[in-house]
Amino acid sequence: MLGLNKSDTRLLLIVVALVAAAPIILNPFPEGSGLAQFNAGYPDLMQRFVIFGIFAIGFNILFGLTGYLSFGHAAFLGAGSYAGMWMMKLLSINVIPAIIFSTLIAGVISVLIGFISLRRSGIYFSILTLAFAQMAFSLAASVLTPITGGETGLQTNLNDPRIFPEFLGGGSSIDGNIPKPSLFGIEMTASYQLPIGGWEWTFNWGYYICGVVMILAFYMAIRIFRSPFGLMLKAVKSNQQRMNYTGLNARPYMLACFVISGMYAGLAGGLMAAMDPQVGAERMQWTASGEVVLMTILGGVGTLIGPVLGAGLIKYFENIFSKINSNLLHEWFAFLPDGLEDFLVTIIYPFIGKGWHLTLGLMFMAVIIFLPGGLVEGGKRISRAIRRPKEATAADGKTNPAE
Amino acid sequence: MGILEVKDVGKRFGGLQALGDVNLSVNERTCHAIIGPNGAGKSTLLNCFVGKLIPDTGSVMFDGQSVLGRTPYEINQLGISRVFQTPEIFGDLTVMENMMIPCFAKRDGAFRLQGIRSVAGEKELRDQAEAMLDEVNMLDKRDMHAASMSRGDKRRLEMAMCLVQNPKLLLLDEPTAGMARADTNNTIDLLKEIKETRDITIAIIEHDMHVVFSLADRITVLAQGTPLVEDTPDNIKGHPKVREAYLGEAH
Repeated sequence: MLGLNKSDTRLLLIVVALVAAAPIILNPFPEGSGLAQFNAGYPDLMQRFVIFGIFAIGFNILFGLTGYLSFGHAAFLGAGSYAGMWMMKLLSINVIPAIIFSTLIAGVISVLIGFISLRRSGIYFSILTLAFAQMAFSLAASVLTPITGGETGLQTNLNDPRIFPEFLGGGSSIDGNIPKPSLFGIEMTASYQLPIGGWEWTFNWGYYICGVVMILAFYMAIRIFRSPFGLMLKAVKSNQQRMNYTGLNARPYMLACFVISGMYAGLAGGLMAAMDPQVGAERMQWTASGEVVLMTILGGVGTLIGPVLGAGLIKYFENIFSKINSNLLHEWFAFLPDGLEDFLVTIIYPFIGKGWHLTLGLMFMAVIIFLPGGLVEGGKRISRAIRRPKEATAADGKTNPAE
Repeated sequence: MGILEVKDVGKRFGGLQALGDVNLSVNERTCHAIIGPNGAGKSTLLNCFVGKLIPDTGSVMFDGQSVLGRTPYEINQLGISRVFQTPEIFGDLTVMENMMIPCFAKRDGAFRLQGIRSVAGEKELRDQAEAMLDEVNMLDKRDMHAASMSRGDKRRLEMAMCLVQNPKLLLLDEPTAGMARADTNNTIDLLKEIKETRDITIAIIEHDMHVVFSLADRITVLAQGTPLVEDTPDNIKGHPKVREAYLGEAH
């Protein structure tokens, strides 16, 4: 289907189903129950899941296929956000021009950064990209204040010029409020609430727009992985010397890959601005670049679905784990004798709330040590362990290509 | 006029004169062996043909065009393929993927952006790659991880990757180094067959005299960066100068 083989088609369909059903899947616990705080099915967080999914998919096209580790992808994310904001300020509050323009601007910037950074490989490449990203961050925070809003950042305002206010339904500011980003006249924040039994499911317009974009981005990534271009990128990772003596010029392949990856980041940045129309320079900081590296490695470098899983997991931790506080812990362990309760709470407390980074760090270490292939490898091992008893007599099936 | 014309090539590394006034002519559709003791400059000379090194003096003409100043990939696109001393293959990829890469390079040139077509859909190239794998008796290994194969298989794969591009000139840098006797004989048979069935010129650097005398039509003996003699294998065998170069001054 759509030029994909059977297993890729299946993977794509699974992703489509997950994205479509996420508001339900992520809300497994009834409202008002003790576990309701583990529900992640609210629009804000779901949007972040898919947006960072796009970011990580793009990063993985560079890191997973070519092995070039960029530490500066946040620069493209931030540039995309700024570009998207300006489109919504100048052109129309409609998100489509914002998303397209943010992708293009990130592409242009990644041509410049890539052209210089790709003169080196390995750690030197990483350092160069990091230096560029920090430069971009400093520029955005200070010198470029007229464009970026400096430290206060950039927001939409009531008196923004918006020359095509009615484009594709536009967005109204008639009532004197700042118009909200919208598509076909429906605001990104618009949601449909569906209460069933004890559950309450929220179907959010903005989330589904991001979801559709992520599915398209995911589909493109599959096509790139399976294309001659993708094969050349794998060749870059495997043996550049052989590639060179086989009549292939690695440089333009690398640059094209870097730019595609940067455009994915720009697209994610543009969507971020479209969902929440404010952006500050901190979006370009190196911690943001590091985060996407973590997501990709946690999920599984070079696999198709891994980065999306990694992005989801980290964003889940960041938003859900960090909300647990000591009062909650005391509530949970209230059935224990007082002394034991306090003891347990004291031990667990550093790992929750603001300490969620600690949990993430431990989890990251565990994955690196025990599952170098990330969550995807974990999944494969589990499915193999389940299948093994059945195939005990049959010869071990041939290895599946990375999904 | 040979397909490869080397004129007065000299190369100096610091104080070491690695090559001095090398003149060499490799005729089309022959197998030309370059032999010589360690440090004679054989590999340096080969590196001058493929763009890895640029000689200080002289010229290297391939098929009427100078190769000097061209990058390795440009030289490959002219029709020179090279087999390395230790097999250089794409270890992370499968044997079939290894074969597809040179096929794409041959058809599409040094760079072509094809982000949408699928490798699996390239029927014609896949057939080519499979036919070549069949020729080197590796078709059954097509889905194997290239890095997990034996050294002999890696060498055969590397040769197949070079040959599938139909090069005019095949450069072999000690293709049997570190191989078992049986593997060496297989390689000799393979090269003989290639020589007979294809429109190809072979230049080979080799230590193993068995290989050299089984394959070569002409032999150049290199010693201390300069060609000592160039002749047919039969004449080289008993040549006093060659003995001298290999065994040192007569005792």
